[in-house]
Amino acid sequence: MITLNHYLIVSAILFATGAAGVFLRRNVITVLLSIEIMLNAANLALVAFGRYLGRVDGQIIVFFVVTVAAAEAAVGLALVIALFRHRESLDPDTFTTLRW
Amino acid sequence: MALEALFFYAFAAAAVVASLLVIGQRNPMHSVMLLIASFAALAALYVLLDAPFVAVIQIIIYTGAILVLFLFVVMLLNAPQEDVPEDAGRRIRVHGPRRLGAVLAGVLALELVWAVWAAFGPRGAPAFAQGERVTEAVSSVRRIGQVLFTDYAFAFEVTSLLIIVAMIGAVILAKRRSDAGSG
Repeated sequence: MITLNHYLIVSAILFATGAAGVFLRRNVITVLLSIEIMLNAANLALVAFGRYLGRVDGQIIVFFVVTVAAAEAAVGLALVIALFRHRESLDPDTFTTLRW
Repeated sequence: MALEALFFYAFAAAAVVASLLVIGQRNPMHSVMLLIASFAALAALYVLLDAPFVAVIQIIIYTGAILVLFLFVVMLLNAPQEDVPEDAGRRIRVHGPRRLGAVLAGVLALELVWAVWAAFGPRGAPAFAQGERVTEAVSSVRRIGQVLFTDYAFAFEVTSLLIIVAMIGAVILAKRRSDAGSG
């Protein structure tokens, strides 16, 4: 019998995986991919709770989350392109100009 | 039902394993491909959750547009593989502060799983809502459209504004600066 807990635990594991990717990876594109993993974990939790309550609001919020994720991915990748043109590197450690 | 449980475990395992492999790959192209597989497994989970509209949205927009955009950028930049020290194997070797990051991520995973169990544990895991209200309300695209364009109409319009702003911002940020001016 698959219950709400099962989906929430999958969502939790996916979220922690995305967070680990943001911490550990030295490539800005992979960091952005890890952020997408986290967003999808949140989407799964939203749809699971919507199904648990028998309401459609979970799916509608996911609709908006996907849209916002698309906008954020577009702007984030444009930033990556601009940074790459400037420094020819995708390693976040090379962008240290603002570091004090 | 046993079949539902089988599908759930299969697709959940596929999504989790693919996501773990995404953060472990050296080549960003491989990461994007594995993430596409993970998102496809998630779309199957959405179908299991009586959300076919969200599943199709996931496939069309997330894998079909967002990840394809990632692929374009990876290929455009000819993204170099991450540098690893000579003594490391093919996998990313963690050391120093990154080991702390890995430990923190593991702690986060345990904490989230514990929070889920603590919320529902003693009373037993809650089953999903059954009955007519669920079937009519959750799995119908018509119902989604009704609620989206009435209760969430303002958010819908603001989202369209967000998309336009993001589009303009992405074009300006990625534009090649001309030699004469500041662009």
